[in-house]
Amino acid sequence: MNSNLKFEFEVHKENNTIVVKREFAANLELVWKAWTTAELLDQWWGPEPCRAQTKSMDFREGGHWLYCMIVPPAVTGAETEQIHWGKQVYEKIVIHKKFSGTDSFCDENGNANPELPKGRFENVFSEETNGKTLVTMISTHASFEDVEAVIAMGFKEGITVCFTQLDALVQ
Amino acid sequence: METRRDIFQALADPTRRAIITLIALQAMTPNAIAEHFDSTRQAISKHLQILTECELVTQKQQGREIYYQLEVDKMKEIDQWLIQFRKIWENRFNQLDEVLFTMKNENK
Repeated sequence: MNSNLKFEFEVHKENNTIVVKREFAANLELVWKAWTTAELLDQWWGPEPCRAQTKSMDFREGGHWLYCMIVPPAVTGAETEQIHWGKQVYEKIVIHKKFSGTDSFCDENGNANPELPKGRFENVFSEETNGKTLVTMISTHASFEDVEAVIAMGFKEGITVCFTQLDALVQ
Repeated sequence: METRRDIFQALADPTRRAIITLIALQAMTPNAIAEHFDSTRQAISKHLQILTECELVTQKQQGREIYYQLEVDKMKEIDQWLIQFRKIWENRFNQLDEVLFTMKNENK
């Protein structure tokens, strides 16, 4: 279904930046909506069988998205599901063009965990001539050590395991 | 975690990345490696020293010459790490494809 959609994933170790580009087979308006509406984000942000759930979202400059990632017990081997909180604070929004801000691990009230690195993100949207929309995500950290810490968190939370399971199902 | 950070720092340098590409094909002496670069022989030695400290390359004595060879397993370790992260986004976007597909149909 998506084999003809561009997907690029670049790690720039020299400036602690990860750049991800992806084309989507939908117009700009629709893609923008899927990235900026809580009910829609909840449908795709959490990788199956993990799922994302929004607690609050205020999509405007200075507002934030507070959500959690729910990891089912089967994934981690724990007795109960595990919940990990994340927060994106929006600093700049240019409708149908881009939005940027900071990313952090936090508690259920949105208080950032000072022991884990904060990152910066910028998501840029551009409509292409063939009815597709290109999204460029630029994620920057203070050091490469921070980038690793963020990746490591994905492993620790069991989110990566969710993907591995998905792969196993597909194969 | 300590070593891994070192590896990434080692790979942050373009010359060191070029050295790795070079010796991935065959083990080489420091002189043979230096011939491929404009940098001084000392500069290349320094790069090789850093790569050796991170265990990305190892030395082996052959006759009177020292050869540098790539530690393929170490490189794979790094790739695995980043490939997993790439996979997170790949799968997430596949889910978004489905959401967009549904949205399109609803709009019709």
